[in-house]
Amino acid sequence: MEFFFETLGLAESAKLLSLSPPGWGGNLLRGLANSMQIAFGAFGFGLLIGLFGAYGKLYGGVVLRDLLAVYTTVIRAVPELVLILILYYVGTDLINKISEVMGYGRVEISGVVAGIWVLGVVQGAYATEVLRGAIQAVSPGQIEAARAYGMPPFMLMRRVTIPAMMSFATPGLANLWLIATKDTALLAIVGFSELTLETRQAAASTRAYFTFFLAAGALYLIVTLCSGAVFARIEKWARRGQPSLKRAGR
Amino acid sequence: MTLKKLMTTAIATAIMSAGAVAAEEVKIGIAAEPYPPFASLNASGEWEGWEVEVIKAVCAAAELDCVITPVAWDGIIPSLTGQQIDVIMASMSITEERQQTIDFSDPYYNTPAVIVADKSMDIEPTPESLAGKIVGIQASTIHQAYANEYFGDAAEIRVYQTQDEANQDLVSGRIDATQADSIAMADFVNSDIGACCEIKGAVKNDEAILGKGVGAGVRKGDDALRESMNKGIAKILEDGTHEEITGRYFDTSIYAE
Amino acid sequence: MGAARSAVSEKSGPMNAFRALMQPHRIVMLALLLGAVIWCAVALRWDWIPEYAPLALEGLWRTIWILVVTCVLGFLLAIPLGLAQAIGPWYLSAPARIFCTVIRGTPLLLQIWLLYYGLGSLFPQIPWIRSSELWPYLRQAWPYAVLALTLSYAGYEGEVMRGAFGSVNKGQLEAANAFGMPRFTMFRRIWLPQAIRNVLPTLGGETILQLKATPLVATITVVEIYAVSSRVRSDTFIVYEPLILLAVFYMIIAGIIALLFRRFEDRVPG
Repeated sequence: MEFFFETLGLAESAKLLSLSPPGWGGNLLRGLANSMQIAFGAFGFGLLIGLFGAYGKLYGGVVLRDLLAVYTTVIRAVPELVLILILYYVGTDLINKISEVMGYGRVEISGVVAGIWVLGVVQGAYATEVLRGAIQAVSPGQIEAARAYGMPPFMLMRRVTIPAMMSFATPGLANLWLIATKDTALLAIVGFSELTLETRQAAASTRAYFTFFLAAGALYLIVTLCSGAVFARIEKWARRGQPSLKRAGR
Repeated sequence: MTLKKLMTTAIATAIMSAGAVAAEEVKIGIAAEPYPPFASLNASGEWEGWEVEVIKAVCAAAELDCVITPVAWDGIIPSLTGQQIDVIMASMSITEERQQTIDFSDPYYNTPAVIVADKSMDIEPTPESLAGKIVGIQASTIHQAYANEYFGDAAEIRVYQTQDEANQDLVSGRIDATQADSIAMADFVNSDIGACCEIKGAVKNDEAILGKGVGAGVRKGDDALRESMNKGIAKILEDGTHEEITGRYFDTSIYAE
Repeated sequence: MGAARSAVSEKSGPMNAFRALMQPHRIVMLALLLGAVIWCAVALRWDWIPEYAPLALEGLWRTIWILVVTCVLGFLLAIPLGLAQAIGPWYLSAPARIFCTVIRGTPLLLQIWLLYYGLGSLFPQIPWIRSSELWPYLRQAWPYAVLALTLSYAGYEGEVMRGAFGSVNKGQLEAANAFGMPRFTMFRRIWLPQAIRNVLPTLGGETILQLKATPLVATITVVEIYAVSSRVRSDTFIVYEPLILLAVFYMIIAGIIALLFRRFEDRVPG
């Protein structure tokens, strides 16, 4: 009896999750693809902001330093959900106004671009702190040596600072990437069809809440575990030739 | 300075690539959550329902190149004013409150608001009958405004992001009743899941809150677009397209003068 | 804000903090900030505040209440989770590790929805539950919110506690053992206090992260401060003002949390 019920239940779930239309698996995977696209974009955008932010905080003038302190403090104190709403509505409004002033006319901003912009700004604040810590951990002698040889600042960053700080930055960046993948779920609140919203739509249409939420959870978990493995390799590569650290902090 | 140059280029590219999409299309905003039988996503990832077909028909009649763009319901007006969409066609009633922020086309459907509750419950759509009960409503709707005005003192109002979640909680018994659109609710109580519940009747009309039917919302001052929406709606009402679509979904007309 | 913060982090007296603020560029920035605040106060719409103030206070109270309760419960749960992972046998450590991985590997929003709507969808299939004594609580939304946030905090903090238990000096434990101290006393007197002291610097940050997670429970009808701002937005169609005020509220709470934990840390003997 029990056995029958279970196989029946599972068969039902499998049908709901199948990839072709009567099943909603295709929708979930499309949502996952959207989520990943945004997570990648936001992570990259955040890294870019973080790199400039870290440099600004370390070597910038007093005004720039204070402005960056305001940026990182505000972003890290206000819930992502609130930031997403503010940035989502303000950001697109602002870009449209700027582009109108510059004479380009109205700009169409796709959901993906808006999502990357919103999460990227959030990620940037955390990335600034991670990268600043990592740059500070690079022994100053290496940078001074490069300067003494007359290396231009950009080349110094590319050839010395970034490679040397990689090993210190990787654990923090890995954590940031995981936050990026999970934060994409918040875009469901503004109606962007990423994995969580697709899941909710499928669950609401079929009433199989448990099946779909668990399936989506499994997808997120797979992403997390896979990226954990990838980052472990990156960290190993970044640390090549270095004595092993005692313990990497969170 | 190289860094500065790089940054400017990056920003410029971002704006350019975002702007590469042609700005000719009219973005019709619908709620991103399922709202059967008006608009819901099917398993192949396409939007379907009465309202979706009406949108397509209106756009065809008005000769507009429309793109259906789902956005979160409770942010749909900010999305319109923030230019992420150009028209709202998401079963939004024309109310004075909303008209202070956006403009509306002529109505394209009009249905009463009803109270739905469990069959075993002795509930009538009056404030007295709902006293002490938990009433679930969808955020940012005329029903929320109405429930706050008439039931707010006596009943506990619980606010949901989507009507679908309120329905779900009505089935699970977490709320005693919900107020919503009669057609959407008829569809719900006729479904397997909604079999527990029945329509207890329409609430007393208050046009100031419940509005004058459902229209297409446009930005204030976007008169050209409003006019072409009006033209499209008039045309499908005239040539029978509206009636034909309605006939495929409902037993009765849902357009009342 | 930034100026104030860096002044505090220098751990200096009020006089020094004042001096740090009085640098020319900071005076200019403060003046600009003041200008922005005045512009916001004059140019934006704030006439809705009196009407919604009581509701907002209620929401604020609920946010703080949920934050405190879930942090305390979550931390209590994190101790056994950390301990199981650090020294437990495999049949305890494996489930603890899986729990932490799952909680940390999936979005909190999904967890909240799974708990609320997933469990809710089971109720119609279990008729007796509506006549049980738990039903009045199961009808409310806050038990699910508290449960979801507690599990989330426990998941993250359990991972931190694992490291903290592992890093306690083994010599002290051996010494206690040599004195014949019972195992539980040893845990209570030596191991746990040191582990907690080790995690104290991270606790403040984790609690702020938890604060930032609280608005998610508004999606399951809990009326906390974020839900109140949504209500204002939907009632009046004013978009930015409630959100800006909300952000300020969260910054103030986060600032208070940071200050409290710093005070607390200073008092604990190092």
